[in-house]
Amino acid sequence: MDFISILSIFVLACFVGYYVVWSVTPALHTPLMSVTNAISSVIVVGALIASAAAGSMTSKWLGLVAVALASVNIFGGFAVTQRMLAMYKKKERPVAQGDKTHG
Amino acid sequence: MAEGAVQQPAWVLLAYLIAGVCFILALRGLSSPESSRRGNWTGMIGMTIAVVTTLVIHQIASLPEIIGAMVIGGGIGLVTARKIQMTAMPQLVAAFHSLVGLAAVLVGAAAYLNPEAFGIGIRITPLATPSFVSIFPQSRIEMGLGVAIGAITFSGSVIAFLKLNGNMSGKPILLPLRHVINLGTLVAILALVAYFTQDEAPAIFFTIMGLSFAIGFLLIIPIGGADMPVVISMLNSYSGWAAAAMGFTLHNSAMIITGALVGSSGAILSYIMCRAMNRSFISVIAGGFGAVASGGDAAAIDRPYKRGSAEDAAFLMAQSDQVIIVPGYGMAVSQAQHALREMADLLKSKGVRVKYAIHPVAGRMPGHMNVLLAEANVPYDEVFELEDINSEFAQTDVAFVIGANDVTNPAAKSDKSSPIYGMPVLDVEKARTVLFVKRSMGGVGYAGVDNELFYRDNTMMLLSDAKKMVEEIVKNLG
Repeated sequence: MDFISILSIFVLACFVGYYVVWSVTPALHTPLMSVTNAISSVIVVGALIASAAAGSMTSKWLGLVAVALASVNIFGGFAVTQRMLAMYKKKERPVAQGDKTHG
Repeated sequence: MAEGAVQQPAWVLLAYLIAGVCFILALRGLSSPESSRRGNWTGMIGMTIAVVTTLVIHQIASLPEIIGAMVIGGGIGLVTARKIQMTAMPQLVAAFHSLVGLAAVLVGAAAYLNPEAFGIGIRITPLATPSFVSIFPQSRIEMGLGVAIGAITFSGSVIAFLKLNGNMSGKPILLPLRHVINLGTLVAILALVAYFTQDEAPAIFFTIMGLSFAIGFLLIIPIGGADMPVVISMLNSYSGWAAAAMGFTLHNSAMIITGALVGSSGAILSYIMCRAMNRSFISVIAGGFGAVASGGDAAAIDRPYKRGSAEDAAFLMAQSDQVIIVPGYGMAVSQAQHALREMADLLKSKGVRVKYAIHPVAGRMPGHMNVLLAEANVPYDEVFELEDINSEFAQTDVAFVIGANDVTNPAAKSDKSSPIYGMPVLDVEKARTVLFVKRSMGGVGYAGVDNELFYRDNTMMLLSDAKKMVEEIVKNLG
């Protein structure tokens, strides 16, 4: 991909982000922060490339540490978001509804 | 083209694009609590696609190590996510931000040390030296910026974490000449990134990194506890821009899309928080708020106020048609949300309508109060935002303020000299009676201003720890 294509993706994604985030209900702003946290750990892609590559041992180990750090975020971020979202309930819903799985 | 090394097969580009779209859908799901859980799953699918694609296209010689790193990191993440108390969410988010920042720095450093692996360098072999990989100048800018933003995110988040977790005083720490130092450091970082295109020596790269770590500390240290919602949103934004900059370096669309999403998300949240405090972003970042006006409150303590007991409060609320509960950071500190919901249940069983009013900056991060109430099983359709409920206070019998202060201060509407003048506040004083739960009369809110509300005829002060007071009210109601 050349620079202009990448820049186009970036600029358009900023606009998408702008409109999508304004539509998030304020009650879910904390889960929004934790889930954006989880997805920004997509930086793990770079970490994987570094740790997979031959050539530089230092680079490989830096990559592995980055993989571990990003994994904390990915697993922790999605799990804590899931835990929070499971708590948001509507009024007067029967308690035992087999709420373990979500559609 | 010189950048032929980063040429990837079409299916790979497509897979990263799909991952990016999954992340958009994950955020889109958060428009309502019903769709949010599915959205979160979509996000996990997107992440899986991105990780698996990356693993498949690179000849992995070190798969066991990589899996080991993921298991260790993932295990720590899962255990933390399960064990963390909801009141500690702001600290956790700050800690997670710092990890994203540090990961970005490490990836940047790895790419700098091994540019060939990332396809961002070209091997040049002058006669004198054995072999040398030169990084493309454009990649150097992207890499330099990515590392700088990552480092600022890391050190800034560490300070935010220490302040939120109470390891460090929430009070602003003001260094002399801090504006000069901070601006100078920022200019130096930018200048070095520009110079980095001319000279890719390690000294330049690591100086950029070091200065960025320093500026992250310096930027957050002068910012006080009440401004933390802005800081934490801002760091959220930075972690996104760091990911985007790395995405530019690696020509990876999933990273760019995500970075842009997270970056704008954090920026919008910071804007919402600033607007809710009627402060400009610049004034928050400049810091020092709440550090000055501490002289005036000593005189104010002598003013007469009405003090009530749990019994009075229980009686008043049981007689009401409608009660609006206004929670704030104090509720989180004393973990009063469960007792509060018990109180609301008892009131509802007596035929009282109970609603909750949330100010956008109540607590230490956006949406903090909503999560705590949800944890205590308060249905989310009883919880209202400022603009949706403010007109209702006039028809409300009791406004029950628990752990909030500045966000209820009528001075924000009338007193032009007040530091919080112009900030949108909850009109609690319009309710027939205001019950104000507060630890003692002496303390002031974070803005360092006295609250006119305490001395009004229709205000009754309930001076006690929030949780103890609510539990006593529950006893009296039962």
